[in-house]
Amino acid sequence: MNSFFHWEIIGEYLPLFVEGTWMTIKAAIICVIAGTCWGLVLGVGRLAEARHGFWKHFLRYAVQWPIRFYVSFVRGTPLFVQILLIHFALMPMLINPSDGLLISGDLAREIRSQYGAFASAVLAITLNSGAYVSEIFRAGIQSIDRGQSEASRSLGMTYLQTLRKVILPQAFRRMLPPLGNNAIAIVKDSSLASAIGLAELAYAARTVSGAYARYWEPYLTISVIYWVITLLLSAFVQHLERRLGKGEAR
Amino acid sequence: MIQVKQLQKQYGSAHILRGIDCDIKESEVVCVIGPSGSGKSTFLRCLNGLEEASDGEIIIDGIKVNDPRVDLNALRATLGMVFQRFNLFPHMSVLENLIMAPMQVKKLSRREAVLVAEKLLQKVGLLDKIDAFPNQLSGGQQQRVAIARALAMEPKVMLFDEPTSALDPELVGEVLTVMKTLAEEGMTMVVVTHEMGFAREVSDRVLFIDQGIIMEQGTPQQVLGAPTHERTRDFLRKVL
Repeated sequence: MNSFFHWEIIGEYLPLFVEGTWMTIKAAIICVIAGTCWGLVLGVGRLAEARHGFWKHFLRYAVQWPIRFYVSFVRGTPLFVQILLIHFALMPMLINPSDGLLISGDLAREIRSQYGAFASAVLAITLNSGAYVSEIFRAGIQSIDRGQSEASRSLGMTYLQTLRKVILPQAFRRMLPPLGNNAIAIVKDSSLASAIGLAELAYAARTVSGAYARYWEPYLTISVIYWVITLLLSAFVQHLERRLGKGEAR
Repeated sequence: MIQVKQLQKQYGSAHILRGIDCDIKESEVVCVIGPSGSGKSTFLRCLNGLEEASDGEIIIDGIKVNDPRVDLNALRATLGMVFQRFNLFPHMSVLENLIMAPMQVKKLSRREAVLVAEKLLQKVGLLDKIDAFPNQLSGGQQQRVAIARALAMEPKVMLFDEPTSALDPELVGEVLTVMKTLAEEGMTMVVVTHEMGFAREVSDRVLFIDQGIIMEQGTPQQVLGAPTHERTRDFLRKVL
Protein backbone atom coordinates (compact mmCIF):
# COMPACT_ATOMS: atom_id res chain seq x y z
CA MET A 1 0.00 0.00 0.00
CA ASN A 2 1.12 3.44 -0.80
CA SER A 3 1.63 5.94 1.97
CA PHE A 4 -1.46 7.42 3.62
CA PHE A 5 -0.75 10.89 2.27
CA HIS A 6 -0.67 11.85 -1.38
CA TRP A 7 1.35 15.00 -1.28
CA GLU A 8 1.80 14.94 -5.05
CA ILE A 9 -1.67 16.47 -5.48
CA ILE A 10 -0.47 19.56 -3.62
CA GLY A 11 2.39 19.85 -6.09
CA GLU A 12 -0.04 19.54 -8.95
CA TYR A 13 -2.14 22.41 -7.60
CA LEU A 14 0.79 24.43 -6.34
CA PRO A 15 -0.05 27.60 -8.35
CA LEU A 16 -3.49 27.62 -6.74
CA PHE A 17 -1.96 27.56 -3.26
CA VAL A 18 0.59 30.23 -4.14
CA GLU A 19 -2.10 32.50 -5.53
CA GLY A 20 -4.33 31.73 -2.55
CA THR A 21 -1.56 32.64 -0.14
CA TRP A 22 -0.95 35.87 -1.99
CA MET A 23 -4.66 36.70 -1.98
CA THR A 24 -4.92 36.00 1.76
CA ILE A 25 -1.93 38.23 2.48
CA LYS A 26 -3.17 40.98 0.18
CA ALA A 27 -6.65 41.02 1.70
CA ALA A 28 -5.25 40.87 5.24
CA ILE A 29 -2.87 43.80 4.70
CA ILE A 30 -5.63 46.00 3.30
CA CYS A 31 -8.04 44.99 6.08
CA VAL A 32 -5.50 45.56 8.86
CA ILE A 33 -4.63 49.04 7.61
CA ALA A 34 -8.18 50.10 6.77
CA GLY A 35 -9.61 48.45 9.90
CA THR A 36 -7.08 50.21 12.15
CA CYS A 37 -7.84 53.62 10.59
CA TRP A 38 -11.58 53.01 10.82
CA GLY A 39 -11.18 51.82 14.40
CA LEU A 40 -9.22 54.97 15.28
CA VAL A 41 -12.02 57.15 13.89
CA LEU A 42 -14.66 55.15 15.78
CA GLY A 43 -12.65 55.01 19.00
CA VAL A 44 -11.99 58.75 19.03
CA GLY A 45 -15.61 59.47 18.09
CA ARG A 46 -16.78 57.22 20.87
CA LEU A 47 -14.87 59.33 23.40
CA ALA A 48 -15.67 62.73 21.89
CA GLU A 49 -17.31 65.08 24.37
CA ALA A 50 -18.04 68.75 24.62
CA ARG A 51 -19.08 70.79 27.62
CA HIS A 52 -21.68 73.09 26.16
CA GLY A 53 -24.52 73.71 23.78
CA PHE A 54 -24.82 72.41 20.25
CA TRP A 55 -21.63 70.31 20.20
CA LYS A 56 -22.46 68.60 23.47
CA HIS A 57 -25.72 67.28 22.05
CA PHE A 58 -24.37 66.72 18.56
CA LEU A 59 -21.49 64.60 19.81
CA ARG A 60 -23.65 62.61 22.16
CA TYR A 61 -26.61 61.84 19.90
CA ALA A 62 -25.12 62.05 16.39
CA VAL A 63 -21.66 60.59 17.08
CA GLN A 64 -21.43 58.61 20.31
CA TRP A 65 -24.74 56.78 20.15
CA PRO A 66 -24.53 55.67 16.51
CA ILE A 67 -21.00 54.41 17.13
CA ARG A 68 -22.12 52.46 20.20
CA PHE A 69 -24.95 50.96 18.21
CA TYR A 70 -22.63 50.04 15.36
CA VAL A 71 -19.99 48.48 17.61
CA SER A 72 -22.62 46.55 19.51
CA PHE A 73 -24.17 45.21 16.29
CA VAL A 74 -20.87 44.18 14.75
CA ARG A 75 -19.60 42.50 17.89
CA GLY A 76 -22.92 40.81 18.51
CA THR A 77 -23.27 39.15 15.08
CA PRO A 78 -21.05 36.57 13.33
CA LEU A 79 -18.51 37.85 10.82
CA PHE A 80 -19.63 35.08 8.48
CA VAL A 81 -23.16 36.46 8.43
CA GLN A 82 -21.81 39.99 7.92
CA ILE A 83 -19.81 38.83 4.90
CA LEU A 84 -22.89 37.20 3.37
CA LEU A 85 -25.01 40.24 4.13
CA ILE A 86 -22.56 42.57 2.46
CA HIS A 87 -21.81 40.39 -0.54
CA PHE A 88 -25.32 39.27 -1.38
CA ALA A 89 -27.43 42.16 -0.10
CA LEU A 90 -25.49 45.40 0.31
CA MET A 91 -23.08 45.20 -2.62
CA PRO A 92 -25.74 44.38 -5.26
CA MET A 93 -27.68 47.37 -4.00
CA LEU A 94 -24.71 49.75 -4.25
CA ILE A 95 -22.98 48.42 -7.36
CA ASN A 96 -25.36 47.15 -9.98
CA PRO A 97 -25.37 47.38 -13.82
CA SER A 98 -29.02 48.53 -13.98
CA ASP A 99 -29.74 50.59 -10.87
CA GLY A 100 -26.75 50.66 -8.51
CA LEU A 101 -26.97 53.40 -5.89
CA LEU A 102 -23.23 54.05 -6.07
CA ILE A 103 -22.09 52.75 -9.43
CA SER A 104 -24.13 51.43 -12.36
CA GLY A 105 -23.63 50.54 -16.01
CA ASP A 106 -20.74 48.64 -17.54
CA LEU A 107 -18.31 49.74 -14.87
CA ALA A 108 -20.51 48.12 -12.27
CA ARG A 109 -20.61 44.89 -14.27
CA GLU A 110 -16.86 44.96 -14.62
CA ILE A 111 -16.30 45.56 -10.90
CA ARG A 112 -18.76 42.88 -9.86
CA SER A 113 -17.25 40.21 -12.08
CA GLN A 114 -13.59 41.09 -11.52
CA TYR A 115 -13.45 42.23 -7.92
CA GLY A 116 -16.87 41.38 -6.47
CA ALA A 117 -15.83 38.85 -3.85
CA PHE A 118 -12.62 40.71 -3.00
CA ALA A 119 -14.39 44.04 -2.49
CA SER A 120 -17.12 42.44 -0.37
CA ALA A 121 -14.68 40.48 1.77
CA VAL A 122 -12.39 43.46 2.35
CA LEU A 123 -15.31 45.75 3.17
CA ALA A 124 -16.92 43.25 5.55
CA ILE A 125 -13.70 42.42 7.40
CA THR A 126 -12.69 46.09 7.61
CA LEU A 127 -16.05 47.13 9.02
CA ASN A 128 -15.89 44.22 11.43
CA SER A 129 -12.35 44.74 12.67
CA GLY A 130 -12.91 48.50 12.94
CA ALA A 131 -15.44 47.80 15.68
CA TYR A 132 -12.98 45.67 17.63
CA VAL A 133 -10.10 48.08 17.02
CA SER A 134 -12.23 51.01 18.24
CA GLU A 135 -12.46 49.29 21.62
CA ILE A 136 -8.67 48.83 21.63
CA PHE A 137 -8.18 52.53 20.90
CA ARG A 138 -10.73 53.52 23.50
CA ALA A 139 -9.04 51.45 26.19
CA GLY A 140 -5.60 52.65 25.08
CA ILE A 141 -6.56 56.31 25.16
CA GLN A 142 -8.28 55.94 28.52
CA SER A 143 -5.26 54.16 29.99
CA ILE A 144 -3.09 57.27 29.63
CA ASP A 145 -2.91 59.28 32.85
CA ARG A 146 -5.29 62.26 32.89
CA GLY A 147 -2.40 64.49 33.91
CA GLN A 148 -0.94 64.07 30.43
CA SER A 149 -3.89 65.59 28.66
CA GLU A 150 -4.32 68.21 31.39
CA ALA A 151 -0.70 69.29 30.97
CA SER A 152 -1.10 69.47 27.21
CA ARG A 153 -4.44 71.31 27.31
CA SER A 154 -3.10 73.77 29.89
CA LEU A 155 -0.42 74.74 27.36
CA GLY A 156 -3.18 75.78 24.96
CA MET A 157 -3.08 72.66 22.76
CA THR A 158 -6.43 71.68 21.26
CA TYR A 159 -8.07 68.32 21.91
CA LEU A 160 -6.96 66.94 18.55
CA GLN A 161 -3.39 68.27 18.89
CA THR A 162 -3.23 66.66 22.34
CA LEU A 163 -4.52 63.39 20.95
CA ARG A 164 -2.02 63.34 18.10
CA LYS A 165 1.09 64.55 19.91
CA VAL A 166 0.65 63.40 23.49
CA ILE A 167 -1.98 60.68 23.94
CA LEU A 168 -1.80 58.45 20.86
CA PRO A 169 2.01 58.09 20.76
CA GLN A 170 1.89 56.83 24.34
CA ALA A 171 -1.27 54.79 23.90
CA PHE A 172 0.05 53.17 20.72
CA ARG A 173 2.77 51.31 22.60
CA ARG A 174 0.22 49.80 24.94
CA MET A 175 -2.12 49.00 22.06
CA LEU A 176 0.44 47.13 19.98
CA PRO A 177 -0.17 43.68 21.53
CA PRO A 178 -3.97 43.80 21.09
CA LEU A 179 -3.58 45.34 17.62
CA GLY A 180 -1.23 42.47 16.76
CA ASN A 181 -3.80 39.94 17.96
CA ASN A 182 -6.38 41.69 15.84
CA ALA A 183 -4.17 41.44 12.75
CA ILE A 184 -3.71 37.72 13.38
CA ALA A 185 -7.47 37.31 13.74
CA ILE A 186 -7.94 39.06 10.39
CA VAL A 187 -5.56 36.67 8.63
CA LYS A 188 -7.48 33.69 10.00
CA ASP A 189 -10.95 35.15 9.55
CA SER A 190 -10.26 35.96 5.91
CA SER A 191 -10.77 32.21 5.30
CA LEU A 192 -14.51 32.84 5.72
CA ALA A 193 -14.43 34.75 2.43
CA SER A 194 -14.02 31.46 0.57
CA ALA A 195 -17.76 31.08 1.06
CA ILE A 196 -18.40 33.97 -1.34
CA GLY A 197 -15.87 32.65 -3.82
CA LEU A 198 -12.79 34.70 -2.99
CA ALA A 199 -9.84 32.69 -4.31
CA GLU A 200 -7.77 32.77 -1.14
CA LEU A 201 -6.14 29.92 0.79
CA ALA A 202 -9.21 28.16 2.10
CA TYR A 203 -10.77 28.37 -1.37
CA ALA A 204 -7.68 26.69 -2.82
CA ALA A 205 -8.00 23.84 -0.34
CA ARG A 206 -11.69 23.53 -1.06
CA THR A 207 -11.02 23.31 -4.80
CA VAL A 208 -8.41 20.59 -4.40
CA SER A 209 -10.48 18.57 -1.96
CA GLY A 210 -13.42 18.82 -4.33
CA ALA A 211 -11.37 17.53 -7.25
CA TYR A 212 -9.78 14.56 -5.47
CA ALA A 213 -12.04 13.92 -2.50
CA ARG A 214 -8.87 14.17 -0.40
CA TYR A 215 -9.05 16.27 2.72
CA TRP A 216 -5.94 15.73 4.82
CA GLU A 217 -3.43 17.08 2.34
CA PRO A 218 -5.06 20.34 1.23
CA TYR A 219 -6.33 21.37 4.65
CA LEU A 220 -3.11 20.44 6.46
CA THR A 221 -1.21 22.39 3.82
CA ILE A 222 -3.18 25.57 4.28
CA SER A 223 -3.10 25.12 8.06
CA VAL A 224 0.68 25.19 7.93
CA ILE A 225 0.64 28.23 5.63
CA TYR A 226 -1.75 30.14 7.95
CA TRP A 227 0.39 29.15 10.90
CA VAL A 228 3.59 30.43 9.27
CA ILE A 229 1.91 33.73 8.35
CA THR A 230 0.62 34.29 11.89
CA LEU A 231 3.97 33.32 13.43
CA LEU A 232 5.77 35.81 11.21
CA LEU A 233 3.19 38.44 12.08
CA SER A 234 3.54 37.99 15.83
CA ALA A 235 7.34 38.06 15.52
CA PHE A 236 7.00 41.36 13.67
CA VAL A 237 4.72 42.79 16.39
CA GLN A 238 7.17 41.72 19.09
CA HIS A 239 9.98 43.40 17.19
CA LEU A 240 7.94 46.62 17.03
CA GLU A 241 7.15 46.40 20.74
CA ARG A 242 10.82 46.10 21.61
CA ARG A 243 11.74 49.02 19.39
CA LEU A 244 9.01 51.32 20.72
CA GLY A 245 9.33 50.05 24.28
CA LYS A 246 12.76 51.63 24.75
CA GLY A 247 11.40 55.08 25.57
CA GLU A 248 8.64 53.79 27.85
CA ALA A 249 8.90 55.73 31.05
CA ARG A 250 8.05 55.14 34.72
CA MET B 1 -5.18 90.70 36.28
CA ILE B 2 -7.48 88.07 37.81
CA GLN B 3 -10.93 88.81 39.18
CA VAL B 4 -12.97 86.05 40.78
CA LYS B 5 -16.54 86.71 41.86
CA GLN B 6 -18.70 84.30 43.85
CA LEU B 7 -17.01 81.26 42.28
CA GLN B 8 -18.89 78.05 43.02
CA LYS B 9 -18.08 74.47 42.14
CA GLN B 10 -20.27 71.46 42.72
CA TYR B 11 -19.70 67.81 41.87
CA GLY B 12 -23.12 66.26 42.18
CA SER B 13 -24.07 66.88 45.77
CA ALA B 14 -20.56 67.79 46.93
CA HIS B 15 -20.14 71.54 47.25
CA ILE B 16 -16.40 72.09 46.80
CA LEU B 17 -16.29 75.87 46.34
CA ARG B 18 -18.98 77.95 48.02
CA GLY B 19 -18.37 81.44 46.75
CA ILE B 20 -14.79 82.57 46.33
CA ASP B 21 -14.09 86.27 45.77
CA CYS B 22 -10.65 87.59 45.09
CA ASP B 23 -8.67 90.04 42.99
CA ILE B 24 -5.12 89.34 41.97
CA LYS B 25 -3.07 92.21 40.58
CA GLU B 26 -0.34 92.07 37.98
CA SER B 27 3.01 90.90 39.40
CA GLU B 28 1.34 89.82 42.60
CA VAL B 29 2.39 86.52 44.17
CA VAL B 30 -0.49 84.87 45.98
CA CYS B 31 -0.09 81.71 48.00
CA VAL B 32 -3.17 79.60 48.65
CA ILE B 33 -3.03 77.45 51.76
CA GLY B 34 -5.55 75.27 53.51
CA PRO B 35 -6.28 71.71 54.63
CA SER B 36 -6.54 68.95 52.03
CA GLY B 37 -10.01 68.76 50.54
CA SER B 38 -10.61 72.44 51.24
CA GLY B 39 -10.99 73.21 47.53
CA LYS B 40 -7.74 75.08 46.94
CA SER B 41 -6.63 72.92 44.00
CA THR B 42 -10.12 73.07 42.52
CA PHE B 43 -9.97 76.86 42.78
CA LEU B 44 -6.69 76.91 40.86
CA ARG B 45 -7.98 74.50 38.20
CA CYS B 46 -11.07 76.65 37.67
CA LEU B 47 -8.80 79.58 36.78
CA ASN B 48 -7.60 77.96 33.54
CA GLY B 49 -10.79 76.06 32.87
CA LEU B 50 -9.46 72.58 33.66
CA GLU B 51 -12.47 72.48 35.96
CA GLU B 52 -15.65 74.16 34.89
CA ALA B 53 -17.08 76.63 37.38
CA SER B 54 -20.67 75.82 38.40
CA ASP B 55 -21.50 79.43 39.11
CA GLY B 56 -19.88 82.83 39.51
CA GLU B 57 -17.41 84.65 37.34
CA ILE B 58 -13.71 84.44 36.57
CA ILE B 59 -12.12 87.21 34.52
CA ILE B 60 -8.47 86.98 33.56
CA ASP B 61 -6.90 89.89 31.71
CA GLY B 62 -10.35 90.99 30.55
CA ILE B 63 -11.41 87.53 29.31
CA LYS B 64 -14.28 85.75 30.99
CA VAL B 65 -12.99 82.23 31.58
CA ASN B 66 -16.29 80.50 32.25
CA ASP B 67 -18.14 81.98 29.29
CA PRO B 68 -19.05 79.05 27.00
CA ARG B 69 -18.12 81.13 23.95
CA VAL B 70 -14.61 81.95 25.13
CA ASP B 71 -11.69 80.33 23.28
CA LEU B 72 -10.25 78.36 26.19
CA ASN B 73 -7.24 77.23 24.16
CA ALA B 74 -6.20 80.81 23.41
CA LEU B 75 -6.68 81.74 27.07
CA ARG B 76 -4.71 78.74 28.33
CA ALA B 77 -1.83 79.65 26.04
CA THR B 78 -1.38 82.74 28.23
CA LEU B 79 -1.62 80.87 31.57
CA GLY B 80 1.18 78.56 32.62
CA MET B 81 0.33 75.66 34.90
CA VAL B 82 2.64 73.48 36.97
CA PHE B 83 1.29 70.26 38.44
CA GLN B 84 2.01 68.34 41.59
CA ARG B 85 3.05 65.28 39.60
CA PHE B 86 5.01 67.22 36.93
CA ASN B 87 3.13 65.59 34.04
CA LEU B 88 6.05 65.79 31.65
CA PHE B 89 5.47 63.93 28.39
CA PRO B 90 7.45 60.71 28.93
CA HIS B 91 7.82 59.89 25.24
CA MET B 92 9.58 63.16 24.48
CA SER B 93 13.01 64.51 25.38
CA VAL B 94 13.31 67.58 27.58
CA LEU B 95 13.77 69.75 24.49
CA GLU B 96 10.72 68.27 22.77
CA ASN B 97 8.66 68.81 25.94
CA LEU B 98 9.56 72.49 25.78
CA ILE B 99 9.13 73.17 22.07
CA MET B 100 5.94 71.21 21.34
CA ALA B 101 3.37 73.78 22.46
CA PRO B 102 5.22 76.86 21.13
CA MET B 103 5.43 75.17 17.72
CA GLN B 104 1.89 73.76 17.74
CA VAL B 105 0.06 76.64 19.37
CA LYS B 106 2.13 79.76 18.68
CA LYS B 107 3.35 78.39 15.33
CA LEU B 108 6.97 79.23 16.09
CA SER B 109 9.54 77.70 13.79
CA ARG B 110 11.61 74.93 15.30
CA ARG B 111 14.66 77.23 15.39
CA GLU B 112 12.83 79.95 17.31
CA ALA B 113 11.30 77.44 19.72
CA VAL B 114 14.67 75.80 20.39
CA LEU B 115 16.23 79.19 21.16
CA VAL B 116 13.50 79.93 23.71
CA ALA B 117 13.84 76.45 25.19
CA GLU B 118 17.61 76.74 25.59
CA LYS B 119 17.28 80.10 27.30
CA LEU B 120 14.71 78.71 29.75
CA LEU B 121 16.67 75.55 30.47
CA GLN B 122 19.66 77.74 31.22
CA LYS B 123 17.47 79.69 33.60
CA VAL B 124 16.31 76.61 35.52
CA GLY B 125 19.84 75.22 35.45
CA LEU B 126 19.16 72.19 33.27
CA LEU B 127 20.67 73.05 29.91
CA ASP B 128 22.87 69.96 30.17
CA LYS B 129 19.74 67.77 30.35
CA ILE B 130 18.28 69.07 27.10
CA ASP B 131 18.40 65.66 25.39
CA ALA B 132 17.48 63.61 28.45
CA PHE B 133 14.12 61.89 28.84
CA PRO B 134 11.91 62.64 31.85
CA ASN B 135 12.48 59.21 33.42
CA GLN B 136 16.22 59.96 33.55
CA LEU B 137 15.66 63.02 35.76
CA SER B 138 15.10 63.39 39.49
CA GLY B 139 11.77 64.72 40.72
CA GLY B 140 13.21 68.17 41.33
CA GLN B 141 14.73 68.28 37.85
CA GLN B 142 11.45 67.11 36.31
CA GLN B 143 9.55 69.86 38.07
CA ARG B 144 12.06 72.48 36.92
CA VAL B 145 11.61 71.23 33.35
CA ALA B 146 7.84 71.44 33.84
CA ILE B 147 8.20 75.06 34.95
CA ALA B 148 10.36 75.80 31.91
CA ARG B 149 7.80 74.08 29.68
CA ALA B 150 5.06 76.36 31.00
CA LEU B 151 7.31 79.44 30.66
CA ALA B 152 8.06 78.56 27.04
CA MET B 153 4.59 79.81 26.15
CA GLU B 154 5.51 83.20 27.68
CA PRO B 155 2.48 83.24 29.97
CA LYS B 156 1.11 86.28 31.76
CA VAL B 157 0.22 84.26 34.83
CA MET B 158 1.74 81.14 36.34
CA LEU B 159 -0.45 78.72 38.31
CA PHE B 160 1.27 76.25 40.63
CA ASP B 161 -0.68 73.29 42.02
CA GLU B 162 1.32 72.02 45.01
CA PRO B 163 4.53 72.02 42.97
CA THR B 164 6.70 70.52 45.70
CA SER B 165 4.30 68.08 47.35
CA ALA B 166 5.48 65.06 45.36
CA LEU B 167 9.18 65.76 45.93
CA ASP B 168 11.65 64.26 48.35
CA PRO B 169 12.47 66.87 51.00
CA GLU B 170 16.01 67.47 49.76
CA LEU B 171 14.72 68.31 46.26
CA VAL B 172 12.18 70.92 47.35
CA GLY B 173 14.71 73.73 47.61
CA GLU B 174 15.84 73.74 43.98
CA VAL B 175 12.24 74.10 42.77
CA LEU B 176 11.41 76.86 45.26
CA THR B 177 14.54 78.74 44.19
CA VAL B 178 13.34 78.76 40.57
CA MET B 179 9.91 79.96 41.68
CA LYS B 180 11.43 82.67 43.83
CA THR B 181 13.44 83.96 40.87
CA LEU B 182 10.27 84.09 38.81
CA ALA B 183 8.50 86.06 41.54
CA GLU B 184 11.37 88.53 41.70
CA GLU B 185 11.15 89.04 37.96
CA GLY B 186 7.58 90.23 38.40
CA MET B 187 5.62 87.18 37.23
CA THR B 188 2.01 87.07 38.41
CA MET B 189 1.80 83.83 40.38
CA VAL B 190 -0.91 81.84 42.14
CA VAL B 191 0.67 79.09 44.22
CA VAL B 192 -1.24 76.38 46.04
CA THR B 193 1.31 75.15 48.54
CA HIS B 194 2.10 73.60 51.88
CA GLU B 195 5.49 75.36 52.02
CA MET B 196 4.83 77.93 54.71
CA GLY B 197 8.42 79.18 54.51
CA PHE B 198 7.96 79.99 50.83
CA ALA B 199 4.62 81.67 51.50
CA ARG B 200 6.14 83.81 54.23
CA GLU B 201 9.23 84.77 52.30
CA VAL B 202 8.02 85.22 48.73
CA SER B 203 4.30 85.89 48.62
CA ASP B 204 2.60 89.27 48.69
CA ARG B 205 -0.60 87.79 49.99
CA VAL B 206 -1.78 84.55 51.54
CA LEU B 207 -5.27 83.12 51.12
CA PHE B 208 -6.44 80.57 53.65
CA ILE B 209 -9.18 78.45 52.06
CA ASP B 210 -11.26 76.11 54.16
CA GLN B 211 -14.56 74.36 53.39
CA GLY B 212 -14.77 76.06 50.01
CA ILE B 213 -14.48 79.68 51.08
CA ILE B 214 -11.65 82.11 51.77
CA MET B 215 -11.62 82.10 55.57
CA GLU B 216 -8.86 84.61 55.90
CA GLN B 217 -6.50 86.58 53.72
CA GLY B 218 -3.81 89.18 54.06
CA THR B 219 -0.07 89.63 54.04
CA PRO B 220 1.92 86.59 55.11
CA GLN B 221 2.75 88.39 58.38
CA GLN B 222 -0.96 88.79 59.13
CA VAL B 223 -2.23 85.36 58.09
CA LEU B 224 0.74 83.26 59.17
CA GLY B 225 1.93 85.46 62.00
CA ALA B 226 -1.25 86.68 63.64
CA PRO B 227 -4.22 84.70 62.32
CA THR B 228 -7.59 85.95 63.53
CA HIS B 229 -9.71 82.87 62.74
CA GLU B 230 -9.74 79.88 65.02
CA ARG B 231 -9.66 77.54 61.98
CA THR B 232 -6.57 79.28 60.58
CA ARG B 233 -4.81 78.97 63.92
CA ASP B 234 -5.83 75.33 64.09
CA PHE B 235 -4.46 74.64 60.60
CA LEU B 236 -1.20 76.48 61.20
CA ARG B 237 -0.64 74.59 64.46
CA LYS B 238 -0.84 71.35 62.54
CA VAL B 239 1.49 72.29 59.68
CA LEU B 240 4.13 74.41 61.39
